[in-house]
Amino acid sequence: MMDPIAVPWEPRPGVPAAITVSQLARLIRETVRANPILNRILVRGEVSNLQTAPAGHVFFTLKDATAQVSCTLFREDAELLGFELEDGMDVVVSGDVDVFPRKGTVQLLVRAATPAGVGAFWAAYQRTRKKLAAEGLFDAARKRSLPSFPRRIGVVTSEMGAVVHDIVTILRRRYPVAHVIVAPALVQGPGAPASLRRALAVVADRVDVIILARGGGSLEDLWCFNDEGLARAVATCRVPVISAIGHETDVTIADFVADVRAPTPSAAAELVSPDSEELAVQVADMGRRLAEEIREILSVSLGRVRGLGEQMSSRGLRRGIEANRARLQRIQEALASLGPREILRHQDRLAGIGRRLDLLSPLATLQRGYAIAEREDGHVIAHATEVASGDAMAVRFQDGRVHVHVDATQEPA
Amino acid sequence: MTEAPTFEESLRLLEEKVDALSRGDLPLDRALAVFEEGLALFRRCHAILTESEQRVTKLVAAAEGLTEEPFVADGT
Repeated sequence: MMDPIAVPWEPRPGVPAAITVSQLARLIRETVRANPILNRILVRGEVSNLQTAPAGHVFFTLKDATAQVSCTLFREDAELLGFELEDGMDVVVSGDVDVFPRKGTVQLLVRAATPAGVGAFWAAYQRTRKKLAAEGLFDAARKRSLPSFPRRIGVVTSEMGAVVHDIVTILRRRYPVAHVIVAPALVQGPGAPASLRRALAVVADRVDVIILARGGGSLEDLWCFNDEGLARAVATCRVPVISAIGHETDVTIADFVADVRAPTPSAAAELVSPDSEELAVQVADMGRRLAEEIREILSVSLGRVRGLGEQMSSRGLRRGIEANRARLQRIQEALASLGPREILRHQDRLAGIGRRLDLLSPLATLQRGYAIAEREDGHVIAHATEVASGDAMAVRFQDGRVHVHVDATQEPA
Repeated sequence: MTEAPTFEESLRLLEEKVDALSRGDLPLDRALAVFEEGLALFRRCHAILTESEQRVTKLVAAAEGLTEEPFVADGT
């Protein structure tokens, strides 16, 4: 019997040649990398042996009852994590499986992580909340008020589903004046915090106020809104942020740090938009007051026109009246072009005043058969006491003056 | 910013004109001028509120950076 082990190995056709260890490691690595399942995989487990290298990279083991895998979290990803990993913490990580030929180990390169399970969520949430509260990020003093009349409104949320639909519908109905800019973002999963931060950053430069919203969901679904980085992005956002995340009973870190917290996305849309119907009433009221005031002023002017002859020659008077008439014409035309019925009513009144202004002017008065008593120098005589028996004076008719002498004066009865 | 006055600003100015008229101490010429200014502001406010077309856009990453395209909520 021959020990098969002892048989010297010889290359034979159809049998692969011996390969080196390096080649084997590379082969494993290529196999792993080529398997799509092992890329961007989600793995749940418990964190252990957590170590942070001086360079900031984080190394840990992810384990369950019967297996474990080494994990590496590079510094740039660790900084974006949004919470502190701890030994014993139940987490879901996302990342890519890779092989390190030098040590012959399989590793999970972690890109993002979220706590898993109520205990882990609660612990991470409390830690982030305390930390940010201590920094004063939730202080009422740093909350900004929402603009009363935003011209552009940013909406950071998922571009799918009811939330964005509700917000857009309400804004369109209440305040069609505003330009609404939707900045789509992932609103759940490991990539969500970074996606939300990015959406917030890019839309902030284009709008006056931002609605940060998400519909209801589980604790895990809403987790990304407890992200520390997102909280800081909200706090430092160039424009006020109104949050509406989950149901009214869900309070995320983002809600704490937002300038205003709305109970629901629809409520956020209402809080951010003035009601244009109310505004229309306000504007119409202002237009009505404007028309009333000018009518009043014209009315008062009418009284003055009656006495104008005292200060003005008839030519000057005519010029003045014509200028006023042209102006009234313009005002009437302007009023005629206005919509609201209220103001149209005032236009009619104003037109009436214009006519009376003409009628009551001294020139029109003369045309109606009245005459003006003047001294020879043209000064209007308004009172009987201004002349005495024997004085010379003139009476102006619409077509010329008549010179007269005062025969007698008489006190009023 | 060199943009036209906002709705807020226009409404505030309109209120100022109304108040100026209501004090009743302006000469007629000035009052008429103030009225005409107020009228222009009124029209502007009115026009802003009756602009029916609301723009809703969505930010989209493109080769040359971010662009905006019309957004229609799917309604689900």
